[in-house]
Amino acid sequence: MASVSVPARRPGLLGRPTSTTGLWSWFTTVDHKKIGILYGVTAFAFFLVGGVEALLIRVQLARPDQNVISEAAFNELFTMHGVTMVFLVVMPLSAAFFNYFIPLMIGARDVAFPRLNAYSYWAFLFAGIFIYSSWFLGGAPNGGWFGYPPNSVLDPTRGMTFYSLGLLIAGIASTVSAVNLAVTVINMRAPGMTLFRMPVFVWMGLVVQLLLAFSLPIVTIGLVELLFDRRFGTHFFDAAAGGSPVLWQHLFWLFAHPEVYILVLPAMGIVSEILPVFSRKPLFGYQFVVFSGIAIGFIGFGVWAHHMFAVGLGPIANTAFGISTMIIAVPTGVKIFNWLGTMWRGDIRFTTPMLFAIGFIGMFVIGGLSGVSHAVVPADYQQTDTYYIVAHFHYVLFGGAIFGLFGGIYYWWPKVFGRMLSERAGKWNFWIMLVGFNMTFGPMHVLGLQGMPRRIQSYPESLGLTFWNTVSTVGAFLIAVSVLVFLVTAVASFRRPKEMEADPWDARTLEWFTSSPPPEHNFDEIPTVHSLDELWHRKYAETHGGRVVPVPAGGSGRPASGHGRSEGDGGHGSEHGGHGIHLPGPSYYPLIASLGLPIVGYGLIFGWWMVGVGLLVTLAGFYGWILEPSAE
Amino acid sequence: MATVEHADERPLVVEEHATSTGLPNTKLAMWLFLASDCLLFGALISTYVLYRGASTTGPFPNDVFDIPYTSVSSFVLLASSLTMVLALAAIQRGDVARSRVWLLATALLGSTFVGGQVYEFTAFHDEGLTLSANVFGSSFYVLTGFHGTHVTVGVLMLLTLVFLSLAGRLGPERAETVEMVGLYWHFVDIVWIVIFTVVYLIPTGNGSP
Amino acid sequence: MATEPVERSERIAARQRTHARHPSTREYVRIAIVLAVVTAAEVAIYYIDWIHENGLLIPLLFLFSLIKFSLVVMWFMHLKFDSRTYSRFFLMGLAGAITLYLIVLLLFRTFAN
Repeated sequence: MASVSVPARRPGLLGRPTSTTGLWSWFTTVDHKKIGILYGVTAFAFFLVGGVEALLIRVQLARPDQNVISEAAFNELFTMHGVTMVFLVVMPLSAAFFNYFIPLMIGARDVAFPRLNAYSYWAFLFAGIFIYSSWFLGGAPNGGWFGYPPNSVLDPTRGMTFYSLGLLIAGIASTVSAVNLAVTVINMRAPGMTLFRMPVFVWMGLVVQLLLAFSLPIVTIGLVELLFDRRFGTHFFDAAAGGSPVLWQHLFWLFAHPEVYILVLPAMGIVSEILPVFSRKPLFGYQFVVFSGIAIGFIGFGVWAHHMFAVGLGPIANTAFGISTMIIAVPTGVKIFNWLGTMWRGDIRFTTPMLFAIGFIGMFVIGGLSGVSHAVVPADYQQTDTYYIVAHFHYVLFGGAIFGLFGGIYYWWPKVFGRMLSERAGKWNFWIMLVGFNMTFGPMHVLGLQGMPRRIQSYPESLGLTFWNTVSTVGAFLIAVSVLVFLVTAVASFRRPKEMEADPWDARTLEWFTSSPPPEHNFDEIPTVHSLDELWHRKYAETHGGRVVPVPAGGSGRPASGHGRSEGDGGHGSEHGGHGIHLPGPSYYPLIASLGLPIVGYGLIFGWWMVGVGLLVTLAGFYGWILEPSAE
Repeated sequence: MATVEHADERPLVVEEHATSTGLPNTKLAMWLFLASDCLLFGALISTYVLYRGASTTGPFPNDVFDIPYTSVSSFVLLASSLTMVLALAAIQRGDVARSRVWLLATALLGSTFVGGQVYEFTAFHDEGLTLSANVFGSSFYVLTGFHGTHVTVGVLMLLTLVFLSLAGRLGPERAETVEMVGLYWHFVDIVWIVIFTVVYLIPTGNGSP
Repeated sequence: MATEPVERSERIAARQRTHARHPSTREYVRIAIVLAVVTAAEVAIYYIDWIHENGLLIPLLFLFSLIKFSLVVMWFMHLKFDSRTYSRFFLMGLAGAITLYLIVLLLFRTFAN
């Protein structure tokens, strides 16, 4: 058992905390696993809030001509629902999985910059709190999650100022994290783990970080210009002064289109991990899946104006973007076929993670089909700004991303928490969610084609939209029930003792090589990697007839049998060979440094003196960070 | 984290890192960050170019720009890139004292640049060019302001390095940190190369906005 | 200990390039002088009417900026001598920015006279 050391505490102002257990340790942690849990819990909390917002919307729209929710409040609700789900749920939930599992899957002990990692989490949390504080400080954002000027500039409430500042803070968190994780994947892989021996989930992680790094700066400037138009009287989007609201649209969608791939690629990565495990077959066409992911990321930068077909860019632009949008369906289709090929003739176990993964495929295909129909420009003239679009993006974002993420939750729960989630409850969760989801969003295709516009607070009886709206609302409450089922089973799992084996699913990748949960240092000895699906090949060999047989026990590097212990690679190339493992120690300063961000934000709304305070806090945080005793 | 040994080469002490690519994390991170910063400044510059000639009211660029003055600023910033690279060369040689001098020089030149911009903007402001005067004011100040902020952050980083050096905490083994700050600094310089040309030297049109 | 052929040759190449050259102080100063001269040229042609009248200003300014940009990136930022990985990332950002924003400006018919 390797000895792990953490630097001794030095007294004084710059003394670094040392404890890695206890409540306070959550505030000072730089451990990627704890940070992953923080992201996951926070994101799930926002999921519940965003879900309530959705339910309120559905209650208001259940029957015609209602006024349960006022028009002003309705605008805030759909805006906040969108902002929450995109920026405060799916992105951080994906970040949770990336943070927890990328280092484990590549055989590393942590990410490249652990304190920066903590900083990203706190900045995200503060961004979420900041945006939500707007409800109490003059009104929540109400201009849609896409914030189009002139409306977003001219709205007299404070909401869209909170929107621009909050998203700027969140953007900083994500940009920093993107650089961190990208460097981790490129630079911190275990010996023998070439890029093409990495799990698909790690590949998707890399693509997502690069998408973030290159798309976020674009919307950053858009948001700055919006903020300045609102707060300092600039004219970026002011047509009367020679500006153009269309500039916002370009800057926004240049980011927001890659963003949708940022939202779905992690879930695709998760599905690519789950399917092989529960089909007892390797992923079909691994290289195709990887290259398709890269292609989706790349082409994703070339389709943004398909959100602007009705703006009047002209036939050449519309045609070009229509074509590029159709092209991007191809790599996506390739992935679908590879996933199906993985399951074909596999020894399938219909566990909960597997159900969610298969559900992902089905729902994402439906969403993809409606998406392809949007690519036909004249058809989109009819569809745009109707509920048909709402149907599309919920099928890919909920039926796609959320289902995939739920699959990940069920799959990796035993690894993270040392207990299983109940399979029985999981199945109830899945089926109720599947039915509820389709009930909620399926009818929206019809409603959209019948002409129901988006973002309307109510509709008259005479339009004949009532029936499907009511069905949709019932479906939404079914979704809520399924989420409740999940919450109950999640809490119940903690009543069970923490005695999970390292590899309960008989899986394929390195995170299952170490104990459940992993020790702080992840692996006693960093494994040397010889192939894709390294763990699988350590457990099983193939006979001449192609039959998979277990490697005899006592062979090198079986996963840990009991809990609390992990086996290392006993062979050469093992590091340290008895030396201690040094881990970066905890630190206050990432939290302090990130605290400056919301303070500056509030200052830009309420008073310059607060901006000064925020800058000082930021500086103090960074100087403490630089000057505190080095970790390793 | 195995060390790689080949029969034909000894592992280098200075450049070798126990990373998958052999490249240091910090330098890789900084290049990736700079790549992303290209998109940040690209958006600002594009906004400026888009709105060139679009202002419906003055002051216009020809009314306020003082090319000789701004040229001097450009020389100052270019010179600071030279001092920066000399600072790095010094620390890689192990000459800590010399590197400190060059780092300080870079910080001073950078501060001169920012000071010059503050003076320039004050003059423009007095001539009526504000953020809200017209779309030229908006796009000009936000673009140059973002750049100036980047320079200021750079100066802070340089002064921090000087401080660390004085405290004996910036030896040759930390040349990587100096290199990383240097990369940032040069990037800020090349952004200015573009801004100087696109904003100041390319005229907005005869007598028009 | 197993290292893969791909990684190994990459490392050797990277090492050889960094091992190759660091420019000397004199070279750095020379580059700085070139940068100054080119900047002076940029400012000078701004004042020459003949250049404006013959539509040469923008092409020349573009050329001069490109020279300065390349000199700083390749020598001062050391990209010429460093691992190609850095160049690839930087080029991704730079090329991406140029392409995307050029498209946006074209969509606004910015260059249509």
